[in-house]
Amino acid sequence: MENVSGLQPDSKARLALTLNGEAVDVLVESYKTLLEVVREDLGLTGTKHGCELGECGACAVLFDGQPMLSCLLLAVECGGHDVVTVEGLTTGGQLHPLQEAFAECGSAQCGYCTPAMLVTAKALLDAHPNPTRDQIVEALSGNLCRCTGYLQIIEAVEAAAKAGVR
Amino acid sequence: MKADSLNIVGRSRRRVDARAKVTGQTRFADDVEFPRTLFCKLLRATVPHARIVRVDVSRAAAHPGVHLVLTGDSFPIPYGVLPVSHDEHALCVDKVRFVGDPVAAVIAVDEVTAGEAVELITVEYEPLRTFATPEESLHHPEPRIHDYGDEGNIHKVVALQFGDVDEAIAKADYVFDDTFFFEGSTHLPLEQHASIALKDPDGKLVIYSSTQTPHYVHRALSKALQMPAAHIRVIATPNGGGFGGKSDPFNHEIVVAKAAMALDRPVKISLTREEVFYCHRGRHPVLMRFRTGVSKDGKITGVDLQTLLDGGAYGSYGVASTFYTGALQTVTYDIPRYRFRGCRVFTNKPPCGPKRGHGTPQARFGQEVQLDKVAERLQIDPADFRLNIVVPPDSLTANYLRVGTIALADCIRSVVGRSDWKNKFRKLPHGRGVGLACSSYLSGAGLPINWNDLPHSGVQLKLDRSGGVTAFSGATEIGQGSDDVLVACVAEVLGIDPFDIRAVTGDTDLTPVDLGSYSSRVTLMMGNAAVQAAERARELLATAVSRRLNVSAERLVFAERRVFDGTRPDVGVSFQEAVCIAEAQFGTLGTTGSYTPPKPAAHFKGGGVGPSPTYSYSAAVVEVEVDPETGWLSVPRVWIAHDIGRSLNPSLVRGQVEGSVYMGLGEALMEEQAFRRLPPRLSNALVHKFPSILEYKSPTSLDMPEIFTELIEHPDPEGPFGAKEVGQGPLLPIMPAVANAVYDAVGVRVDEIPVTPEKIVKALQAKAAGRTARYGPNQFPDVPWPDPLLVSPPWEGGDGRASNQPARKRRTAEAGIERTAGVRV
Repeated sequence: MENVSGLQPDSKARLALTLNGEAVDVLVESYKTLLEVVREDLGLTGTKHGCELGECGACAVLFDGQPMLSCLLLAVECGGHDVVTVEGLTTGGQLHPLQEAFAECGSAQCGYCTPAMLVTAKALLDAHPNPTRDQIVEALSGNLCRCTGYLQIIEAVEAAAKAGVR
Repeated sequence: MKADSLNIVGRSRRRVDARAKVTGQTRFADDVEFPRTLFCKLLRATVPHARIVRVDVSRAAAHPGVHLVLTGDSFPIPYGVLPVSHDEHALCVDKVRFVGDPVAAVIAVDEVTAGEAVELITVEYEPLRTFATPEESLHHPEPRIHDYGDEGNIHKVVALQFGDVDEAIAKADYVFDDTFFFEGSTHLPLEQHASIALKDPDGKLVIYSSTQTPHYVHRALSKALQMPAAHIRVIATPNGGGFGGKSDPFNHEIVVAKAAMALDRPVKISLTREEVFYCHRGRHPVLMRFRTGVSKDGKITGVDLQTLLDGGAYGSYGVASTFYTGALQTVTYDIPRYRFRGCRVFTNKPPCGPKRGHGTPQARFGQEVQLDKVAERLQIDPADFRLNIVVPPDSLTANYLRVGTIALADCIRSVVGRSDWKNKFRKLPHGRGVGLACSSYLSGAGLPINWNDLPHSGVQLKLDRSGGVTAFSGATEIGQGSDDVLVACVAEVLGIDPFDIRAVTGDTDLTPVDLGSYSSRVTLMMGNAAVQAAERARELLATAVSRRLNVSAERLVFAERRVFDGTRPDVGVSFQEAVCIAEAQFGTLGTTGSYTPPKPAAHFKGGGVGPSPTYSYSAAVVEVEVDPETGWLSVPRVWIAHDIGRSLNPSLVRGQVEGSVYMGLGEALMEEQAFRRLPPRLSNALVHKFPSILEYKSPTSLDMPEIFTELIEHPDPEGPFGAKEVGQGPLLPIMPAVANAVYDAVGVRVDEIPVTPEKIVKALQAKAAGRTARYGPNQFPDVPWPDPLLVSPPWEGGDGRASNQPARKRRTAEAGIERTAGVRV
């Protein structure tokens, strides 16, 4: 196999990044995606997979504040960056207002798309504290949900925005 | 219980599992991990129909990191979900039947290594003729895909007749004869199936799996692995969406169970998205022909329905699916005489099975579009036409289904009024239109799959001196909110807060059997069992507290975590004190509740499919915009009304309705489980057209219309607090309403699902060329129908028995508790 950036495909590489506000420094297989490292090596299973091909959106995490599909990111590319998963949304045992709104509006049915929906919505509200409905619909359009028909999710984002969430 | 005395039921609440879900802490099957876990990968067939001549696993077995390689030799005993079609082996034994059929399994130190080793297995196939369509399977009995079934490649033919239909149609003022096609679609749950099995410290088998039906997995494992069921524990993890796609016991579950027991290490499998498309068990493609007689005054005189189902490669729930294509036509509209003939054939494609609505959406589409044509011909408004023929409450249909409460007329009036139907229908500008359709669905099947006299659902309660209550139920949380229903029912009866209750569900070691989260059965059946268990607990507490307070038990009220004298609310004890008083008097406190549906009225073979304790009803108006040049179709608004009986948690009910509308729109507009043949130079194999989420189109947030939902609440005496089902019924009217709206918009009929721009353009071109303004099938093939079972309708002196049915064979099975008598599903 071709030698990429000096890494052997079956070798381990050091990965140091900020994950949910905490410094993480681990050795990971160089072929692994960020999704695999977060779930399997670091045990944070809140981030989901639905295709591992960048199609469904279930694996979205915040990468330097932007929603990114963790199944399409090689973990070793993430060194030095800031990654936030659903586990990083609660602070001090308190749910993030988006989490409160999702719980209140019935936005999580099976709950499988929910973690990625939440981080994607957070990125939207961070950039646009008062989004229009069209902006919300557009922002969430890469995240598939098979349960809800999206409307209660969109309403939760609106409710969180109305409550003045950052 | 009176509505005004309800404290929890009927109010929108956060579901009990909301916090776990919004924090990502819900543990789905692939989130379960144990030390020393090995990983399994399956080798799947690359040819659609072939004998397995030789499987060489030697290189895979020698690959570093591989612990075990399994082939069909290890799984000689077949299994399946229906007793009449145990036709699957965990790994194929002597032939493969579709591209994706599992042939061998590798268990290795990690997923990558297992995947590498799978590539090292070589399989020599002797190709067999491939059957791509039902017509091919009908016309070519050989080679048979299975060595069982009614004949050749016909899996099942059924024929039932209720009264002299031919006479009824011959005497009608109008006869409508229409053929429709409904393409297959798949569930596409966002969570891919996963399972992890291990040998527990006692030496027993434990498996965590994304299944809607732990009880059926339990049975299948016991049979296929020849292990006592008592030594197997199936834990159904919360499903990341099911929709029927996780209702069969699956080959991968049996493989990892066997491997874990052999290796004494945890073994996990997590399917790829492509593999989920092969698991399928989704919507059957159905060709159907409706001949319907109608009188001048707009009454149906008789319906003659034929359906042809493309079953794919295995039985799955297919015999039930076949009956379901013809079962529920009669519970919405008066049909005095009815004949139904259904045929399911095997083809070399992933097996079809139950998807949301199970077998009923296809024929519901045909029926509701045909009724639109009838109304057009009779120059009656389609809503008024339907209102004139709605089935009355508390009646028995021609095919002996008992209709209890029915709020279908209210549903129709609701959507007609709210959508401003009267000012839109046939009045909107060209290119815009509205369509109406209705539907009904079961609140659980009236008869069990495995025919026995046991309850369909059981609930146990444990009350202890902490004041906490634990509720145990075999029901499985698949997103529909079954844990919330369980807790709400118990909390309401005992007057405590839902947060005081711990729900333990879907675990065959810990929880009493519930048949599973399918057929919209959980709210009604598990809910009734929960209410019974809670009422028994309340009675114990009331008896004990009554003695202590010297107040008659009838006067005691359970509310706000207290038990008190209803006439003197200050005289009472806390719920926790009540439990302690009762525990002191009676000893350790526990109660059970169970639910068995009422006996059906039908006594003919096949009459087991269709009965339900009660039916839900829905009506929808869909508004469309169609570009007459390109056929481009969009849906800006949907109005829907659903006869729910009573909403236990309105926020969740609304979510089920909107989710059904969403999934219905996916089927109506874009979703297709379609196949193609590879070019001859590439084997000519029949393969899935697009086993990926990117190309299997499903609606995104951008595709969603505004949805205006109204819940019609007339509590039903059969349901817990009056509740009926909501998870499936509201999907059904969407597809026909879309097709009817397209006709209203541009004057052409698309008698086929999905309704795509291409089909609309073809119909418009046909219209412009002076041909019938329609796109859809024109022919229904010759099927070797048997003589139908003849059952007189109730109003013609019938008693629910067939006049020409041979006496039933009865045989005892499974320790004397189960009987198998023909098809009873």
